[in-house]
Amino acid sequence: MRELINAMALQQPAMRPEIVVPDSSSPTMTVVEKPLSKLELLYNVSMFRKALILIALAVIWEIYGRILNNDLLFPTFSATVSAFLQSVIDGVLPARAWASIRILLVGYAIGVLLAGILTAIAMASRIGTDFLETMTSMFNPLPAIALLPLALIWFGLGNGSLVFVLVHSVTWAIALNTHSGFLSVSKTLKMVGRNYGLAGPRFIWDILIPAAFPSILTGLKIGWAFAWRTLIAAELVFGVSSGSGGLGWFIFENKNMLDIPNVFAGLLTVILIGLVVENLIFQTIERRTIQRWGMQT
Amino acid sequence: MSFEAPLLEVSGVTLRYKTPQHLVTATYRVSFQVYPGDRFILLGPSGCGKSTLQKAVGGYMTPTEGEIRLKGQVIRAPGPDRMMVFQEFDQLLPWKTVRQNVAFALEASRRLSGKEADDRAMHYIEKVNLTKFADSYPHMLSGGMKQRVAIARGMAMEPDILLMDEPFAALDALTRRKMQDELLMLWEDTRFTVLFVTHSIAEAIKIGNRILLLTPHPGRVKAELNSVSDPLEATVLERRIQQMLFSDELKETADA
Repeated sequence: MRELINAMALQQPAMRPEIVVPDSSSPTMTVVEKPLSKLELLYNVSMFRKALILIALAVIWEIYGRILNNDLLFPTFSATVSAFLQSVIDGVLPARAWASIRILLVGYAIGVLLAGILTAIAMASRIGTDFLETMTSMFNPLPAIALLPLALIWFGLGNGSLVFVLVHSVTWAIALNTHSGFLSVSKTLKMVGRNYGLAGPRFIWDILIPAAFPSILTGLKIGWAFAWRTLIAAELVFGVSSGSGGLGWFIFENKNMLDIPNVFAGLLTVILIGLVVENLIFQTIERRTIQRWGMQT
Repeated sequence: MSFEAPLLEVSGVTLRYKTPQHLVTATYRVSFQVYPGDRFILLGPSGCGKSTLQKAVGGYMTPTEGEIRLKGQVIRAPGPDRMMVFQEFDQLLPWKTVRQNVAFALEASRRLSGKEADDRAMHYIEKVNLTKFADSYPHMLSGGMKQRVAIARGMAMEPDILLMDEPFAALDALTRRKMQDELLMLWEDTRFTVLFVTHSIAEAIKIGNRILLLTPHPGRVKAELNSVSDPLEATVLERRIQQMLFSDELKETADA
């Protein structure tokens, strides 16, 4: 019994004097804020870091090309760049690129519009939701290229069939993302919107679309990538579509003539356009919207 | 003391909602009246249907029995005459600044537009001491500031009644006390009518002038009490309310 009491006494914490810190704002305070060095600032810019990666890749490419020393198999970076510049100067490459981009934009715009209509219908009714879900699960996995033979029969050897496969590749990805974005909008925000008396199209435009914007933007990006891939592949498969032909045709043509540096130049153009669209257009949109709104950290 | 017509009349309201497994009765034949200038509190433990009741006043639910009238009109749908202040911090539109958030509410409900909406927004933002943050986006604000914006938004609409659903529940204790004081100061200033939901007895006594006590499963009216401001009386009232809620629990355990 005594041991127990002793043990309890031992468990009491020791008495210590209280501490109250007097107000002190002495000038000898340590540094609270310190500017970062130039190098650190530069390294914080994502553009700079990405440029470093690109330069490193180009150097590796150049070294490997020189070791291999076979322009037919793998031209060096410098040979590719000079072929690229040559084609740009004589105007062939810009014309081909523009031909591709023009069709791409038409297909993309129609796809976005169609996706918008489909999701609006899906938001309005349950049968619309079922329709969209069934359609996306059927057609999203179906490669656009697989539809090309059919498109050729339906629309002939023109831009029509290209636009058709583009729309197919774009629509489902965007509709799927937009719809899932709408569904994940927080219940509170929806209630706030209805509290303002918003309904129908105004509710979709003022509340749902901005609230689901991260998903919508992802859909737009994926749609863009799908469209680009589909277009180049389609041009490669059935070559000249319109009078002049696009980038895919440029690559195909130069392969036939065994002008491999030009094939690489064509591929480089595809990559460059992809980089520009992703880093300039989509990143600007992202910075101005979801990053500023704190929806993405 | 002259009795005006009640602003909000809840008469015999039964609310039921479906979950995938059950049909839940949230409140059973609840009646009360809110008069202009009231700080009316719905108080009760979780499961007493106080939030559901407020959602019904907001127009998000229709009663299965009874009716809710605002200024004599039966409530059928959500509308800007009953502004809600939610508990959640994500009730502000993240793509708008503080000022745009308040002004947009006015514009979306077609109350005011352009310069007028902006002026009214700034006036109420000043009232909640957020002038410095008028051009910040909600994600840059602390939880307490976000709730203040939501309150400013609700008040800027100058609704018939402000519906507050545990607006301070997600705040830390210090901020909550400060917000309660601020809310009372704002009320002194403009004398709006507010229907306030809380599960904290202390908060109910501090904020309200009239307290509706609800018992859970399903929510029924236990009492409708007048609040007090004297700290000593408040302690007595707090104990009384505690007993009212607690005695039921004792009986339940005795039955079992």
